[in-house]
Amino acid sequence: MIDRKQVLHVGRLARLELTDDEVDRMSGELSTILDHVERMNQLDLEGVEPTSHIVPLENVLRADEPRPSWPREQVLEPAPDPAEGAFRVPSPQA
Amino acid sequence: MDDVLELTVAEALRRIEDGELTAGEYFDAYAEAAGGDELGAYLWTANPGPTATPPPPESETRRRRAGDSLRGAPLAVKDIFCTEGIETTAGSRILEGYRPPYTATAVRKLADAGARLLGKTNMDEFAMGSSTENSGYGPVLNPWDRERVPGGSSGGSAAAVAGRVAPWAIGTDTGGSIRQPASLCGIVGLKPTYGAVSHYGMIAFASSLDQCGPLTRDVTDAALLLRAAEGRDACDSTSVGIDGGVELPSREDLDGLRFGVPRELSAEAEGIEAGVSEIFERTLGKIRELGGEVDECELPHAAHGLSAYYVLAPAEASANLARYDGVRYGLRADADADLIAMYERTRAAGFGAEVKRRIMLGTYALSSGYYEAYYGRAQRVRTKIADDFRAAFERFDYLVTPTSPTVAFKIGERTADPLAMYMSDFCTVPMSLAGIPAISIPAGLAEPDGGGAGLPVGFQIAAPAFDESGLLDAAHALERAIDFDTRPPGVRP
Amino acid sequence: MISEEECREAAELALDQLPLWVREKIGNVAVIVEDSHPRHLMGIYDPVGGVQRIVIFRDTHPNAAEVRKTVLHEIGHYFGMGEEQLQARTKMFCGCELSFGDRPNTHTCPVCLAHPGVLPVINEQAVRYALQIALALESEVAPRSIFHRKNYFYPDNPKGYQISQYDIPLARGGWLGDVRIHRVHLEEDAAKLTHVGESGRIHGSATSLVDFNRGGTPLVEIVTEPDLRDPAEAREWAQLLRTTVKQLGVSDVNMEEGSLRCDANVSVRRAGAEQLGTKTELKNMNSFRFLERGIAAELERQTALLEAGGQVEQETFHFDPRTASLTPLRSKEYAHDYRYFPEPDLVPLAPTEEMLRHAREALPELPAERRERYEAELGLPEVTARQLAFDAQLGDFFERALAVADGVEPGVLANWVAGELSAAQRHFGPDGREVDPAHLVAVARMVVEKRITHASGREVLHTLIDPGSSVGDPEEIVKARQLAAVSDASELEAIVERAIEAEPAAAEKVKAGNPKAIGPIVGAVMRETNGRADGGEVMRLIREQLGLD
Repeated sequence: MIDRKQVLHVGRLARLELTDDEVDRMSGELSTILDHVERMNQLDLEGVEPTSHIVPLENVLRADEPRPSWPREQVLEPAPDPAEGAFRVPSPQA
Repeated sequence: MDDVLELTVAEALRRIEDGELTAGEYFDAYAEAAGGDELGAYLWTANPGPTATPPPPESETRRRRAGDSLRGAPLAVKDIFCTEGIETTAGSRILEGYRPPYTATAVRKLADAGARLLGKTNMDEFAMGSSTENSGYGPVLNPWDRERVPGGSSGGSAAAVAGRVAPWAIGTDTGGSIRQPASLCGIVGLKPTYGAVSHYGMIAFASSLDQCGPLTRDVTDAALLLRAAEGRDACDSTSVGIDGGVELPSREDLDGLRFGVPRELSAEAEGIEAGVSEIFERTLGKIRELGGEVDECELPHAAHGLSAYYVLAPAEASANLARYDGVRYGLRADADADLIAMYERTRAAGFGAEVKRRIMLGTYALSSGYYEAYYGRAQRVRTKIADDFRAAFERFDYLVTPTSPTVAFKIGERTADPLAMYMSDFCTVPMSLAGIPAISIPAGLAEPDGGGAGLPVGFQIAAPAFDESGLLDAAHALERAIDFDTRPPGVRP
Repeated sequence: MISEEECREAAELALDQLPLWVREKIGNVAVIVEDSHPRHLMGIYDPVGGVQRIVIFRDTHPNAAEVRKTVLHEIGHYFGMGEEQLQARTKMFCGCELSFGDRPNTHTCPVCLAHPGVLPVINEQAVRYALQIALALESEVAPRSIFHRKNYFYPDNPKGYQISQYDIPLARGGWLGDVRIHRVHLEEDAAKLTHVGESGRIHGSATSLVDFNRGGTPLVEIVTEPDLRDPAEAREWAQLLRTTVKQLGVSDVNMEEGSLRCDANVSVRRAGAEQLGTKTELKNMNSFRFLERGIAAELERQTALLEAGGQVEQETFHFDPRTASLTPLRSKEYAHDYRYFPEPDLVPLAPTEEMLRHAREALPELPAERRERYEAELGLPEVTARQLAFDAQLGDFFERALAVADGVEPGVLANWVAGELSAAQRHFGPDGREVDPAHLVAVARMVVEKRITHASGREVLHTLIDPGSSVGDPEEIVKARQLAAVSDASELEAIVERAIEAEPAAAEKVKAGNPKAIGPIVGAVMRETNGRADGGEVMRLIREQLGLD
């Protein structure tokens, strides 16, 4: 079960504004999905290694060789609010 | 020239080689067809005529490595692949108008081999979905029945290929997103081994599962496309390519090959339609007729695949989608808000319902106090599933299952029930978790439960990691025996 | 010399592996392989009539790796990169050059701007450097470590997660001085955020500007155990760490430029208590002085709080160097749940024997080892040994001087380097000229041999460093400035005689048994000799002439 309060907390962590309606709906839907997911709990996974990479590779490294950077006009072209050669955002200290 | 649209790419290339068709004619026929697409399959299409900027002549080395030239063959590309200067949205409103500064490696390699971009295909937003109803730009219709979904998330690619508005396409498969729409649209869809094709420039959904692959009208085309797209890429640390490359399939029998039928993903699976079961059984009969052995087998943890998948994929997605924050590109909502409100409103406005649901699910599964119960456990289930496959491949050369438990369902039928939608991937998710290759080939038509006209049913064959050539060979032999007509009723003469 | 075919293949491969946006900018490049260039060049970027051509000269390329380097080099030139830039170090996960103080957003690419679809690839050199740091700190390198994603939203964090190491860091444990190391790990830096206050476009709302030049710079995080006991100790240890890392040559370790940053975890406990108290974290102390002051301020705050019966809360403070005050970071901003999970885009790091050997071989003598050697083998006093060992520049100078000492005692040289040279360098600052270690040895030798006085030696040294003087070698300076000690016995005897005559009162007092009264006579001798007389000799002659010996 995931209640409204948890939905709001998770929404905040994920930086998603949720309407009241969405919070209600999300609480129900996520609970249903998690109920299904929790069927995993039937399994005995004692001592099983977790898999985070399915291909057994190691040490894939890149030589420390500089590449041309991207022209600044292009960097800023898609920016919603470019200013003074930078990306402007509402101040986090506001 | 109408029959040009009926050729497989391999056939068209042969005609071009023989001088019966020019590359320009071939491309233009498709560019016109794509421009007139009524299925909602495309988000962008190329104009007919010569390209404004002809592709640079390939270097000797590149040409050698690209194999046979694809000679200007038109290629439909799922909108999840970045294409420089051409709007790429991954089906999301948050990327509306976004023009990438670079081209994805897979697309680039295909272009190097001579393929020409025909269009960008519609898809479930950020590849999250099994019906393409989650696109921010409208649904895609199934060419077999326009009231039904084409499957997803590569629904635009599948519908375009089946609906004769693309000769072939690339898509991505995270838990079934190539195989399931291929199945629902009656075409071939291959998810290669994880790492076979570079991820670079493929907009990430769940990085440890995402894989690029072909959607084609036959198995030979799938091999032709994969051969040009696979390979190690210095820009993708997880890419390895396929050792020895990909051979074009030629096999006509299945003598001496052992096919395992995992009980958990066939007879014992929940919600498999009667018609689907029947076609599946009939196809097993065909395998035997071709000289293959068929036997039941076990994948004891496969039934938990969906549970693990719906923890791992949303968790990775929650991080992969954090970059859409209204700072550097894409949508920014509410310019007057403070920083946190700007983030929250941008993401609320830019993401659709399913994407929000998965971000929430993934964020929850990773959050403090829940990691071990969900993420840690799901990673261990993944280990067990990979072990199950390894064990099964000691007894069998290939494992076979229905691709989708059902034929194409009606638009809107499952949108209110996320879990029912997720069940579409029940048979495809375990292979994704194990990172192994799997192909769906059309096996016949079946009535949906409740009746109606026959709709395509896909047959899935899975192989050990990097055995794409063998897999394609087996699929080729079976394809010949099935002799499925990939033309939907609407396009039949 | 590489064969023509191999050379072409290597060059084309290098081109194919360029980032896509680079390939697309340069379009098709023809590779021309030629045998040699009259000036032994390696390659030329040579666009002819709109066709991009790279000419590679085979004779200067022993293998494919060199060809690859030349191709990248020539492409870099095409993009207007100078030789220096082409030698530059790159970011942790992309090929953008590391920079400081350049125009904002000029060292960025789709990877470090987190455009859709991009992927990180680990910088080999960053790993090598991190291994060197780990080995220098006697830390145990993990046979296999992985990267994690640390998730949080902030404008300086373009992906919405920082790639860092979490439960399996690169190395654990170790020592530096007498402080235990907890762990050493690799991660990437955040971008730079400049707050522009109320001047933003939107009236009345503060805005910030994000510059991604710094974003993605490789960082090695070193965490100690709670072994430091007071602010001065913390400062001293941080300086030792700085010298150690600088010695490794892996970073400028410049606090002002942010290439060395310190966070301090601070706690207090009652005398005799076993448990450490609740800790707070201090950030943004961008100089050693601020580090010391920040910790001192926090210790004071915590102590006062506890003594007033209060309790320390676990929180994070931002140190403001202008006011030397600590501001708590608001919990809204700081209540993080980082949701760490393994980075699926990177594969594990499993340092091979070869990688470790390379790192080990690159280790120079480290300050702690050097100090020990100076004390044990050269018999230097602890203070001098520490000064020379912990100031790498001074220490290296001392090493070079030792190499040409030719009989001058190490102790004598150490005093000259740690004392006079260091003081003179401080005096002239960055304008001062570099001193040849052989010259310093010459000065020290002349003083030892009493050819000049210590004061004259100092003057010679100053002349050598002074950017305004026309420098010669020490001998010339001594000649030109007539600094040679008055060592002719008869000459000095005459001068002493005149001095005693000039100071009769003092002479009487000395004779009467007051040795301190000798000052004015010595002064008179020194005035006349311009300080070139040996003090001990002058004293001896005065006493002799006064009939005291």
